[in-house]
Amino acid sequence: MIEIRGVHKSFGSLEVLRDISLSLPAGSVTVILGPSGSGKSTLLRCVNHLEKVNRGTVRVDGELIGYRQDGDKLHELPERLVLKQRANIGFVFQTFNLFPHMTARQNVDEARGPRDSRELLERVGLADKADSYPRQLSGGQQQRVAIARALALDPKLVLFDEPTSALDPELVGEVLDVMRDLAEAGTTMVVVTHEIGFAREVADTVVFLDGGRIVEQGPPTEVLDNPRHERTRAFLSKVLV
Amino acid sequence: MSLLSSARAPVQSPRSDELTIVPARHPWRWVAAAAVLVLVAQFVHGLATNPGWDWSTFAGYFFEESVMRALLITLELTLAGAVLGFAGGILLAPMRLSKNPVLTSVSWTFIWVFRSVPLIVQLLFWANLGYLYDKLQLGIPFGPGFVQFETSSLVSAFGAALLGLALHEAAYAAEIVRAGILSVDQRQMEAAAALGIPRLRQFRRIVLPQAMRAILPNAANELVNLLKSTSVVYVLAIGELFYQVQVIYGRNGRVVPLLLVATVWYVILTAVLSILQHYTERHFGKGYRR
Repeated sequence: MIEIRGVHKSFGSLEVLRDISLSLPAGSVTVILGPSGSGKSTLLRCVNHLEKVNRGTVRVDGELIGYRQDGDKLHELPERLVLKQRANIGFVFQTFNLFPHMTARQNVDEARGPRDSRELLERVGLADKADSYPRQLSGGQQQRVAIARALALDPKLVLFDEPTSALDPELVGEVLDVMRDLAEAGTTMVVVTHEIGFAREVADTVVFLDGGRIVEQGPPTEVLDNPRHERTRAFLSKVLV
Repeated sequence: MSLLSSARAPVQSPRSDELTIVPARHPWRWVAAAAVLVLVAQFVHGLATNPGWDWSTFAGYFFEESVMRALLITLELTLAGAVLGFAGGILLAPMRLSKNPVLTSVSWTFIWVFRSVPLIVQLLFWANLGYLYDKLQLGIPFGPGFVQFETSSLVSAFGAALLGLALHEAAYAAEIVRAGILSVDQRQMEAAAALGIPRLRQFRRIVLPQAMRAILPNAANELVNLLKSTSVVYVLAIGELFYQVQVIYGRNGRVVPLLLVATVWYVILTAVLSILQHYTERHFGKGYRR
């Protein structure tokens, strides 16, 4: 269960997130849509405290992320404890960010999680590439290794930040297939993406973000097929050419 | 265009896939190579025939015992200078990159000072430390001391040489290490942080191995530089290679062959370092070759 309450975030004078509140039940898949600059990635990065919020709270299974509450004050946790909390939150980057000096298996092992790297690589269909270095893999394969690495810690929640945006079109499918499998297995996921087809098929909730605010949210049949707001309609008409 | 070409084509032109391809000729390459080879031959001929090189004296001193002892001291100074220097560099570089303004400025100032002072000047300063502070003591800062040393007994000529080389080297090594750390993609640290990898392990397992690729060529350069810089400590009358050949030619007047003894040893040691560099770079380059 992820509980985001009243999150504000600004970079200097630029307000990126304004009063974001979301409640995501365990096992659910949430897709965040929105034009570039709408704050999607920043919201995702606030969830695992890669960015510090200016106001508001993020809780995963009731645990406050990045802070300790003391009366009416939130004390930022020392980095050591934040790093520990992140073990519960997997993160998949747009640019994969595999460690280039380690093989696929070593990348997964580096997380030092409870899960077996061989089994995880098999799950993303790359058992035969365990000893390959990232350079020797295609973008789609690299992203699948990155997903296996994020799963190594057996996280309660996996965040995907535009996981297919850096891929050649014919490689997008293999990554989405792996994500679909994860969703069916009951993994709690938050996905920032422009893949409307994936959202329609897999998401329980679609959230549309614009200008750092949630414009609307609901099941894909509502938000994607019968959007209530003009802004959502305009965005979808451009994405769904 | 098609009309023109068909008009020009001979009646029995061979099929396109039957034509033989003749690579372009490069006659000037042969001319340039020949000219350079003549110059090289002249140089080698001069080495062999000019009696001034005095190869028999060179051979007599190349493995001479005092030269061997001096070579050992040169190696000791290089090795100790490199180890202490890079240990200092590995400490100073993260300090310079830290968010703590005090650490940053101390590191910056250290690098500034020790890069500014010529090595030879610094060595003479350390050798004359006793003039500045005749006693050194360990104790509470600004408070009472526990142990006390005579400066001249603590800082020998060799100690002064080592101190000078190490501090000089640390300033350069710090910048080399810093360049290496900066060359690592910021997103690598972010990926490590997202996996909850502790800070020290991030540095040791993720940042440093990748930084090594940028560090190694510069570090090897610096090591070769250090090897040759050890010749500067002759000003402190330490019997390293350059000092020793000076002593010998001061006795027998055979300047050129003895300078050649030192030169050839420096060349050989540099060659050994270059071979080590090749294999170390190959080790840290894994994952970057297809």
